[in-house]
Amino acid sequence: MIQTLFGSTEEKPSFLKRMKEAVTRTRESLSERIEDVVAFRKEIDRETLDDLEATLLSADLGTATTATVLQALREKVDRKQVANVDELKRVLKEELLAILNSTNERPVQKVDGEPEVILVVGVNGTGKTTSIGKLTHLLRAQGKTVLLAAADTFRAAAIEQLEIWGDRTGAEVIKNKPGGDPAAVLFDALQAAKARKTDYVIVDTAGRLHTKTSLMAELEKMRRTAQRFSATAPHETLLVMDATTGQNGLQQARLFTQSAGVTGIVLTKLDGTAKGGVVVAICKELGLPVRYVGVGEKAGDLLPFNSQDFVNSLFD
Amino acid sequence: MFENLTDKLQRAFKNLRGQGTLTEENIGEALKEIRMALLEADVNFKVVKELIDHIREKAVGQEVLTALSPAEHVVKIVRDELINVLGKDTAKLKFSSQPPTIVLMAGLQGSGKTTTSGKLANWLKQGGHRPMLVSVDVYRPAAREQLKVVANAINAKIYEGKVEESNTATVERLVKEARREAINNACDVLIVDTAGRLHIDEQLMDEMQSLKKILNPQEILFVADSMTGQDAVRSADEFHKKLTLTGVILTKMDGDARGGAALSIRNVTGQPIKFIGVGEKYDALEPFHPDRIVGRILGMGDILSLIEKAESKLDKSKSEEFARKAMSSDGFSLEDFRGQLRQVKKLGSLQSIIGMMPKIGPFANMQQAADKVDDKQLNRVEAIINSMTSHEREHHEIINGSRRKRIARGSGTTVQEVNHLLRQYAQMRKMFKSMSKPSFARRMAGMKMPGM
Repeated sequence: MIQTLFGSTEEKPSFLKRMKEAVTRTRESLSERIEDVVAFRKEIDRETLDDLEATLLSADLGTATTATVLQALREKVDRKQVANVDELKRVLKEELLAILNSTNERPVQKVDGEPEVILVVGVNGTGKTTSIGKLTHLLRAQGKTVLLAAADTFRAAAIEQLEIWGDRTGAEVIKNKPGGDPAAVLFDALQAAKARKTDYVIVDTAGRLHTKTSLMAELEKMRRTAQRFSATAPHETLLVMDATTGQNGLQQARLFTQSAGVTGIVLTKLDGTAKGGVVVAICKELGLPVRYVGVGEKAGDLLPFNSQDFVNSLFD
Repeated sequence: MFENLTDKLQRAFKNLRGQGTLTEENIGEALKEIRMALLEADVNFKVVKELIDHIREKAVGQEVLTALSPAEHVVKIVRDELINVLGKDTAKLKFSSQPPTIVLMAGLQGSGKTTTSGKLANWLKQGGHRPMLVSVDVYRPAAREQLKVVANAINAKIYEGKVEESNTATVERLVKEARREAINNACDVLIVDTAGRLHIDEQLMDEMQSLKKILNPQEILFVADSMTGQDAVRSADEFHKKLTLTGVILTKMDGDARGGAALSIRNVTGQPIKFIGVGEKYDALEPFHPDRIVGRILGMGDILSLIEKAESKLDKSKSEEFARKAMSSDGFSLEDFRGQLRQVKKLGSLQSIIGMMPKIGPFANMQQAADKVDDKQLNRVEAIINSMTSHEREHHEIINGSRRKRIARGSGTTVQEVNHLLRQYAQMRKMFKSMSKPSFARRMAGMKMPGM
């Protein structure tokens, strides 16, 4: 499982990749020449491009994504499709939108009469439990029934925290003792949900750094538990990511996808000053869609992701 | 995954052979690479710009030292500059002449304040102090219960108090009560765990200022996630402006983030990073060493931490005994080998050991190898040796077919695996014996560890 998704492709650089490396130097000088061409026009000069680069970098898009996006932009500029700075920004936004909208949307393959299982994973302190509370609130408002599985048996008071959210949103919490087996909690929750014909089961897991192999293996085990219950479960695996996360976010997404089969991202804490631009890099490389954004601590502060709004916010 | 900075610089400098001086022109390409490396490590781009300017200033006109290649020389300049920015001062807390000393923990949501408060209390306890904990996070569900569980786990005193309403008045009352309680219990340090807050949340930042006024703390520590990206400067700057921080604790350093936020935060606040959090256990708090994180930011590993860990966990006399025996004419036995195996396991998982190694020179490909290393493999090797009689361990030559079958059964492995181990053991033994001979270096190339 671990090696299948990415391991093999990373080991041996593909022919294409090696080709790309070989021509990188030429490409660099080419783009510099384009800059020179651009510089002849009054409105779009080197400084403008530098400003745009700074904007993208400061939003945590990372050097690679920033370079790709700007390269595409330069090519368009060279084909004289762009006349002024406003136009340039519009084209840049289109580039970013194209990346964000090109993700693999997989429809949920759920069996009728069985609950939809949502597994929630992520590193420590990104806001998994809070996001689950808000997501439950959202689903409850749509008249759905939700059952919460307190599978974070590790962190102090994690179960209590989820129970408070359960009370607030009117969702039952299935729990075990602290320190217990999270897969066992999941199993109990799935059984209970089936018996009660609940619409959704949302599974809270302990925060874990993606570098801890044994903890990542635990997620694989939980997936297997869910699969034994229903072949297509978990129907959605959400990776909760803090918007302040820098370039490490990409590695997080990679490794959580390998172990937990992530199908979407919840980008939290967007009510601060961080832009969360690393999700662009994630969309570009892994094709993972952003499903929701967290914008506050209240139950209603979870919104469906809107790529247009997100891109606009990068330039605020 | 990341190409090492030194390699990149080597490429950038390939036209520089024979030139003895660094000039504005010939280091241009190298500075570009350094800029990229720093940005990839999440150092704020404005800080990067400043650093690059400094580095350029320092590098231009310098004679390349004969002992170093131009690339290595530039890396040395970069290292020195980054260490310089991070400062030499590390973990020291200011204590009040009149106890209790008050430590106020501040930071964004999810940076790890509560866990770190517990770790800090644990660290203080080990240093002979009597810390008391109090949580004034009346906002997040179960936050106060969390600190209580933590306090119980490390056997530290905690002031719980009563919360009827979740507001600033309650928070202010709680800290006053906690201070009184600390004095009554003869606790010399009070650690105040606060609610995570956004630096732009005026109401909660006001609350923080009010806490500062009431408590007059000796230390206001900013707890920051080492995975933070470009925004680290904004939040640290705002917290510093409003509270005048006295230090920083960088958490989740046991991950694989390069930790460039350390440079950004230090740069905007000017305050030292005092500790780093390196795990989920309560003793996983370490003093901060600027030189080590610089290696990490530049992708050059943390070899010093590895050496320190090895020194504290390994039994030196045992290792020396092993080396002496291995190189003698008798050679080492399987018993000795098992002893070494156990020593290595004390260092932690092989992945974590490899993770600390630099990504240059002979170690270049080890990072990829780390993904494939299976710690269970070492356990199997140990199980095989455990299933031998002590006589067999000392005299491996007596292990015949039926003994192999028994050993395989006893260890839950296969005869093939037992054969494999014995073959590799014989090879290693021979190799070590010949170490004192001049042809040793050539043989080193063919060395293989059993189980790897």
